[in-house]
Amino acid sequence: MKEKSRKVKMKRSVGDYAISVITYIVYALFALVCAYPFYYIFVNTISANDLSDKGKILFWPQGVHFTNYVNAIQIPGLLQAAKISVARTFIGTALTVLMAAFLGYMFTRETMWKRKLWYRFIILTMYFNAGIIPWYITMRNLHLTNNFLAYVLPALVSPFNVILVKTYVESTPRELQDAAEIDGAGTLRVFASVVLPIIKPILATVAIFTAVGQWNSFQDTLLLMTDTKLHTLQFVLYQYINQANSLASLLTSNAGSDAIQQALSTAQTATSVRMTVTIIVVTPILLVYPFFQRFFVKGIMIGAVKG
Amino acid sequence: MMNNKKKLRSYREFLYILPFLILVAVFSYYPLYGWIYAFFDYRPPRPFSFDDFQGLKWFKYLVDNPIRLEQTLLVMRNTFAMSGLSILTSWLPMIFAIFLNEIKCMPFRKAVQTITTLPNFVSWVLVFSIAYNLLSSNGMANSMLMKVGIIDQPILFLQSSKHVWSTMWLWGTWKSLGWSAIMYIAAISGIDEELYEAARVDGATRMQLIWHITIPSILPTYTVLLMLSISNFLSNGMEQYFVFQNSFNKEAIQVLDLYVYNLAMGSGSYSVSTALSMLKSVVSIVLLCVANKLAKLVRGESFM
Repeated sequence: MKEKSRKVKMKRSVGDYAISVITYIVYALFALVCAYPFYYIFVNTISANDLSDKGKILFWPQGVHFTNYVNAIQIPGLLQAAKISVARTFIGTALTVLMAAFLGYMFTRETMWKRKLWYRFIILTMYFNAGIIPWYITMRNLHLTNNFLAYVLPALVSPFNVILVKTYVESTPRELQDAAEIDGAGTLRVFASVVLPIIKPILATVAIFTAVGQWNSFQDTLLLMTDTKLHTLQFVLYQYINQANSLASLLTSNAGSDAIQQALSTAQTATSVRMTVTIIVVTPILLVYPFFQRFFVKGIMIGAVKG
Repeated sequence: MMNNKKKLRSYREFLYILPFLILVAVFSYYPLYGWIYAFFDYRPPRPFSFDDFQGLKWFKYLVDNPIRLEQTLLVMRNTFAMSGLSILTSWLPMIFAIFLNEIKCMPFRKAVQTITTLPNFVSWVLVFSIAYNLLSSNGMANSMLMKVGIIDQPILFLQSSKHVWSTMWLWGTWKSLGWSAIMYIAAISGIDEELYEAARVDGATRMQLIWHITIPSILPTYTVLLMLSISNFLSNGMEQYFVFQNSFNKEAIQVLDLYVYNLAMGSGSYSVSTALSMLKSVVSIVLLCVANKLAKLVRGESFM
């Protein structure tokens, strides 16, 4: 009897062991598949450009140099696009977070006239979409094509953010607000000095989601911006990929005789430009994501409960 | 007196949010008015005029001659294929979460989780750039294959009309698998540990624990997410397909959202495009209501 049970246990642990090994291998492989592309592009940008242009760099960098990043400033349109991307990310995020905080708080005020109706009015917009053309024409009628405000205004009130903040405010002790009101603080005063300080954690979540969304946004530039001065990094990256060959010739003709004098290993090629810009565009995400992962996770969880 | 003061305050609070209600009205509700373009002949730069009433002409236009009908059917086929593939494999994140939970080495688990959720936060343009850098004629895939000697001419992966559906699915999965698993990881961590203890005492194996405890516990989460993806059946979004499209793969990659964009911005058919996106919206809302009802039946709780 005892013998048998030991045998069963042995068998089970062998099966468990096999499962463990397979699980580790599969997850390690998938993590590798997720990480390698970024690594591959990065080692190519710091390797000799003639080698990377021939596809010789697969795992280890060769002929390490950083001129690609130094020369990135000369890539036509890149600096301006970086300014626009940074500007929309900071301005858009700051305003969206502030508005989400204010609206989320206001919708917890039971004293407001027809509060539930207005709340539904905003939440309902999550479930329909007029479509690209009606939206585009609306934006054109509002003179928001080729206008920086188009990056900021439409995203200002997001129903999802309002839900997140409202839920959070409701979970904080109401007595704090009541106490302030007894001391004579008005609606706005309560918001600024009582609510705002205690909802910082949820605002961090909203901020990080908004910032990533703003940085990654592509479609609004595609639809609304013909003025190259307002193009974002995402958009110019897309253009660089599609115009890879013409870009290479542009660079050679721009640089003229300089390019010939430059060593082959550091002269810009279409490949080097494409890869360098890719790394420049992805770096903010790579830097920010690991540190703020918990905010992302929290955001999706609260959203799942309420959304 | 007191009552009046209260009333004043309730109106004042409304006034504080009024500017934002106007923003929402302008950017979310007002565009709905644009659906009337579907019933008129609107071709910018010619100004819109109420004299060009066309009735249902543009709706019929989509199907009224064999070539256009074929085009419409092609787009529908792509939409169904892409959405179908992702619904058929919608259990993958659940399995991903279950087996990730089996890993007992915490640093490894944390690392896997961080690395695999990362692609979700890069844009489709960046994914395209990555694909281009890996798969172009001088990219990593071709270099490796040529080094090993399997091929001696580079394969033009991205300029091919073959396997478009499955490669689009692969990129989509690469981007979102780790992130979608997070919901399930949270659901699993909410399962009562005593259930497992009791089953272990009864001699259950690991697979039995997963099969009889973990999966039934997180199945409601799965059902809700499945319903949501069913209600989004027609909305694949256009960004992924837009960045990957080229003249070689257009036939297989053009989904409904992309077609709506191409019709308008490519060929200037604003009215047809609006008609199509209007149809899509109506069907999507119906699907959402049906899915919501189904979720209510299954869980006893709706998600809306």
